[in-house]
Amino acid sequence: MIISIASGKGGTGKTTVATNLAVSIGSDVQLLDCDVEEPNSHLFIQPAVEYTETITTPVPEVDESKCTLCGKCGEICQFKAIVVIGNTVLPFEELCHSCGGCMEVCPEGAIKEKERVLGTIQKGRRNGLEFIHGTLRVGEAMSPPLIRKVRAFSRQGGVTIIDAPPGTSCPVIASMKGADFILLVTEPTPFGLYDLKLAVGAVKILDIPCGLVINRSDMGDDKVRTYAEKESLSIMMEIPFDRGIAEAYSRGELIVEYMPEWKERFIELYRRIEEIIGSNTV
Amino acid sequence: MKELVIISGKGGTGKTSLIAAFASLAKNMVLCDADVDAADLHLIMDPDVKQSSDFESGHTAIINKDKCTECGLCRDLCRWNAIDEDLIVDPIECEGCGVCYYFCPENAVEFPLNTCGEWFISDTRFGPMVHARLGIAEENSGKLVTLVRKEAKNLAENKHMTLVLTDGAPGVGCPVIASIGGADAVLVVTEPTVSGVHDMERVIQLADFFGIPAVVCVNKYDLNPEKAEEVENFAIKKGLAFLGRVPFDPIFTKAMVQGRNIFEYDSGSEACHMVKGIWEKIEHNIIS
Repeated sequence: MIISIASGKGGTGKTTVATNLAVSIGSDVQLLDCDVEEPNSHLFIQPAVEYTETITTPVPEVDESKCTLCGKCGEICQFKAIVVIGNTVLPFEELCHSCGGCMEVCPEGAIKEKERVLGTIQKGRRNGLEFIHGTLRVGEAMSPPLIRKVRAFSRQGGVTIIDAPPGTSCPVIASMKGADFILLVTEPTPFGLYDLKLAVGAVKILDIPCGLVINRSDMGDDKVRTYAEKESLSIMMEIPFDRGIAEAYSRGELIVEYMPEWKERFIELYRRIEEIIGSNTV
Repeated sequence: MKELVIISGKGGTGKTSLIAAFASLAKNMVLCDADVDAADLHLIMDPDVKQSSDFESGHTAIINKDKCTECGLCRDLCRWNAIDEDLIVDPIECEGCGVCYYFCPENAVEFPLNTCGEWFISDTRFGPMVHARLGIAEENSGKLVTLVRKEAKNLAENKHMTLVLTDGAPGVGCPVIASIGGADAVLVVTEPTVSGVHDMERVIQLADFFGIPAVVCVNKYDLNPEKAEEVENFAIKKGLAFLGRVPFDPIFTKAMVQGRNIFEYDSGSEACHMVKGIWEKIEHNIIS
């Protein structure tokens, strides 16, 4: 079962919900941090790292002795990542999406592929919890291929929880697609609501059941609740603003450590998700 | 004319609320919302849209069943697994690389240009604003960011404005890279939390990677004064100007609920006083 935690707006508490949920529901659980641009879950999980891998993507390398400057590579490339200028061919590897078109089209077989580093993936453990996260190389623009590599660590059976990045574009889709349930974490403010609507739009495109967690639920206004009611979105959990929780978060502590009574609430949240997924698959 | 871009690494540190507040203090300024993926600045600025245009970028493959002979070459060549066994393209998985379109022996693949968003030039009570809306689940956010920034600069030049104030996206990936290239400076707004500090360090590395000068401020500093000090020390160690601290104050949320900035809500508040101090340093260090 894959549960993806997303939000639209940043800073609403995705990582808080993902980490606390993951440590609360017991054994046979995986947490995948797919916010590879700014991964934070490890700061709260503090896993013992067992494995590190550098992740790369193929980009063209031209053998100039074979190249006849025919320009077909530049013609096929949609991303302006390889061009013939004067009497030379220039690959711009940072722009390359690794489609392999230039290599395929080259009539002289002058193009082969080398690797561009996207980032790293680390795997570790905290008690029964398996933890995996990706970290995008600073300066690298493309996060979806790294996110897909993190997701490839997803096990069959058991529970996989995904901490998704903010927003609603390609990295978020890469973190939600194929999930069994999406938990949208929001806050009851105008920014929270506006971005929640975008996130719900993305979830609808993917056609995955979803529910809401309202964080800092006693700040702001009632419009998120009104919207949830109108759209028949279930509010699965509310976390009121508590200076103690905010301070514990600032130090890298989990809510369930700081206030153990919350553990039962996260277990209950999981039970409700299980129920919804169960009723959908029957 | 100068452009200052506000970024943070971590989301929810207060970029947009701070820009909205700066709008009350800045003179001769064009506002630019470059967080096209989850644009929120318009919720406070209440823009009166004067011009709206479609944003067209990228292509998606569609297989024309009438011409297709089901040879399967497109599926073999596609590196995104976007073409299924029935030779139907999943538009979400399609990267728009055009390989299937180029190689199809029957010319059965169509490859139309996508309309993936809209962008706007508007008037607000603080001056002109350029903003955009990327379609949900669309790609090419970086190109739309580049477009709104270029349009904001053109507008500033035409109107003889001296400043473009740009709201950036969270993260360090494609839209953030597109929002800082060629800027005069970035203001990194962080928060005194383990996540805030971790993400600030990465986004400062990014600014450094592209050679953009960075300055730093910390929001909600009183949630963890020790971490706030860590932020300040980190900035100083990196040789970056530390512009100040803003307290955690519910007036940011209260003002937002009313569609106003904190100066319009309560100009006598401590938060306003601190934001003013930061703005004076920006004027002194960056704009003049």
